[in-house]
Amino acid sequence: MSSVILSVQELSVSFDGFVAVDGLNFAVERNELRCVIGPNGAGKTTLLDMICGKTKPSHGTIKFKDLELTAMVEYEITRAGVGRKFQTPAVYEDLTVLENLEISYPEQRGIFGSLFFRRTPDYRLRIDEVADQVYLRELLDTKAGLLSHGQKQWLEIGMLLMQDPELMLLDEPVAGMSARERELTADLLKKIAPGRCVVLIEHDMAFVRSIAHKVTVLHQGKLLAEGTMENIQSDERVIDVYLGS
Amino acid sequence: MTMLRAVNKPGLVAAISLALLLLVVFPTVLGSYWLNLISKYLVFAIVGVGIVLAWGYGGILSLGQGLFFGIGGYLMAMYLKLQASAPDLPDFMIWSSTEVLPWWWRPYHSLSVTLISIAIIPAALAFVFSYAVFRKRVGGVYFAIVTLALALTLTVMLVGQQGYTGGANGITDFKTLAGMSIISNKAKVVLYFVQIVILFVVMGIGTAIIKSRLGKILIAIRDREDRVRFSGYDTALFKAFIFTVSAFFSALGGALYSLQVGLITPTLVGVVASIEMIIYVAVGGRLSIVGAVFGALLVGWSKSVISESFPTVWLLFLGGLFIVITMFLPSGLAGLLIRLRFRRVTNAAPERTQ
Amino acid sequence: MSFDVFVMQAFSGISLFTILVLMALGLAIIFGLMGVINMAHGEIMALGAYVTYLTASVFEKYLPSLMGIYVFFALAFAFLATFAFGWLLERSFIRFLYNRPLDTLLATWGLSLVLQQTYRSVFGAQEVSVSMTSWLDGAWEPVSGIQLPLNRLFIVGLTIVVSVVLYLALYRTRWGLNVRAVTQNRAMSGAAGINTNRVDAMTFAVGSGLAGIAGSVFTMIGSTNPLTGQLYIVDSFIVVVFGGVQTLLGTFLSALVLSQAQTMLEFTLSGSMARVCILLLVVAVLYFRPNGLFSSKVRQ
Repeated sequence: MSSVILSVQELSVSFDGFVAVDGLNFAVERNELRCVIGPNGAGKTTLLDMICGKTKPSHGTIKFKDLELTAMVEYEITRAGVGRKFQTPAVYEDLTVLENLEISYPEQRGIFGSLFFRRTPDYRLRIDEVADQVYLRELLDTKAGLLSHGQKQWLEIGMLLMQDPELMLLDEPVAGMSARERELTADLLKKIAPGRCVVLIEHDMAFVRSIAHKVTVLHQGKLLAEGTMENIQSDERVIDVYLGS
Repeated sequence: MTMLRAVNKPGLVAAISLALLLLVVFPTVLGSYWLNLISKYLVFAIVGVGIVLAWGYGGILSLGQGLFFGIGGYLMAMYLKLQASAPDLPDFMIWSSTEVLPWWWRPYHSLSVTLISIAIIPAALAFVFSYAVFRKRVGGVYFAIVTLALALTLTVMLVGQQGYTGGANGITDFKTLAGMSIISNKAKVVLYFVQIVILFVVMGIGTAIIKSRLGKILIAIRDREDRVRFSGYDTALFKAFIFTVSAFFSALGGALYSLQVGLITPTLVGVVASIEMIIYVAVGGRLSIVGAVFGALLVGWSKSVISESFPTVWLLFLGGLFIVITMFLPSGLAGLLIRLRFRRVTNAAPERTQ
Repeated sequence: MSFDVFVMQAFSGISLFTILVLMALGLAIIFGLMGVINMAHGEIMALGAYVTYLTASVFEKYLPSLMGIYVFFALAFAFLATFAFGWLLERSFIRFLYNRPLDTLLATWGLSLVLQQTYRSVFGAQEVSVSMTSWLDGAWEPVSGIQLPLNRLFIVGLTIVVSVVLYLALYRTRWGLNVRAVTQNRAMSGAAGINTNRVDAMTFAVGSGLAGIAGSVFTMIGSTNPLTGQLYIVDSFIVVVFGGVQTLLGTFLSALVLSQAQTMLEFTLSGSMARVCILLLVVAVLYFRPNGLFSSKVRQ
């Protein structure tokens, strides 16, 4: 069985003539933590958008295990095991932390399932477990809208954890965080990455260095370079594009 | 303590006050004429509960409640009219020279067929229509206007086909249901209590939905629908579901209207009525089921009192009410009460800050 | 159906078209450019109609010799009155409701009720009508057998002029540029020095002014009562939504298509069934093109 879990081939999309992603080929293996970096406008977020179903590519394929993601809609992709965290924290502001996690629980997502959903002790244990991992155990009854920016990011990661996806797509998980919060988040990600495939977009090079197995550099919608952090940092093309890292 | 928890206590108190008011105070103090009027307000309260679910929690504004209200109302009216006229044709058909009872009237000789139709037809239509539309990700405003167009369509059809539907005058003069009188004073009192039971059942269903996980999902969809899809939900299905529940309650309301008031007209199906049904909920608070009931009682009572003595003032009052509520009290009276109570709670004891 | 009758039937649909298009253009500006749903738009049209009626009465009483041209004064006054009213409305009321489209809908519905009642109290519940200007009586006969009433021709001409002026204003003047900038990017426009408050008020006022002209035009084909606004409001919204709010041309064409379809169908079906068909057609089209028939891109 191949260890490649996500395989992107000849992927392209353009918006009103602007080519955001151009014939991209990209593959990630099981249990790998891949960081995607590149200057603004390189197409990183757009790539994640296409994988999770937010944007439809104009050309190319995205294969997740055996499934062709470009033929599926967002909720189908999510149910297949792909989880996405967005650039600006997308949590349900009017609901409490607990309720946000509850919605992310990957069982009984149909009408009757959710209507007659019973909150069992096992389920409650899982909520506490996840809340603990994302440092929000004390704040379960707080409305998500009242959390700080960093805490909202953690909540979103928590929601992702509840979903228990095989493929995790994280878009700038430490953006806007203090140094301490970044440390905590790095620890968190290192703890939850094993057993999953993680694709992570970040600009903070120190952060990337501390957690990435492999790094992909995008530039103007195309693949510029790929390899370990050391290889990337000494790659001339990368240095050209990204004034030192 | 979260806002959500803060709602429950006042909500329970309000529900109990409502029960006392309806079951004890009113029957003691009021005669059958007023009890019958209150039954009418409670009919709209049932519609209001549906609107709280779909609009308050689901974020779906429908301007076509009248459509489903009308279907339920006319279905019940057909049964009641056939009961009253049998073995002759209904009077308006005779006046319009309709010679034979149309085939689609025939099944409604039977009470069970009528009740099943009221339960199923509007809900089925609502589900099919709304799911198809929500799947296309049609926006809120467009949806509202399309529902308006549909309510208008039914109104035009009803008015235009006088021979079959009673036209602009509607269908009137009912006498019995399953052999029992529905127009005697005693009947009106009995119907009043029946209405209350149905109301509380409806309120119970609504509350159960809100408190379930489905209720939370609806709130999430209302605030951030695209994100919910990434939590793995077919949001169109959920929206269609709550819209269907709301349509079912509207139809139920319509059927009860025919029963309680003794007539149904196209005015209740149209644009004006559909929008008026929203004001009850806006006054009560769009997130409060009990609030919607109080809203319906208050506005209904105001209408009866004002339009009798000061007919010119009624429109001014209603219009002004719309304006004041949307501009200053978007959460209605329930919201106002919660804010007052919350302020008292936070003023009373020092809250633990985060 | 002979050609003559066909042409005349098509032409009689024009009256409906002109009112609808003037109303819909006003609504499209307010809804399409500002995102505001003004359910009181019909009552603003009625205001224009009543102002026209007042102008006619005043002329009849004090300036009977000028009755021939009162029409132009009436149009001007109707526009000015509704323009000013729209400005006032936006500044005092509407601007607190931006970003709350559904609340705007309810609040403006409330306003329409208040206005209806006001008209009833001030002008009475009965219909008032305006006497026709004498030189618009009669018809033009371009080809023998086809009679086109002069007043309808006048209305069509007027509508075309107004539409063209509006188009030029929006696409060729500074003001139009400002309006389009503000609608596309409010923050940037503000940062670039455009007085966004003023632009909002102007835009709403212009939209209202168009309704005023529609009202004035209406007096030439029917009599006015407090419920006149209600006659056209729902249909105007349907025209706007059907055409798509992105272009004024789309609104124009939508009004044309719907009014002509209505009139043509009335020839074969009864009035109410024709209306039902049109409404169902609109619902069906919106299902396939939720952003309107003439919208260019389905942008989320």
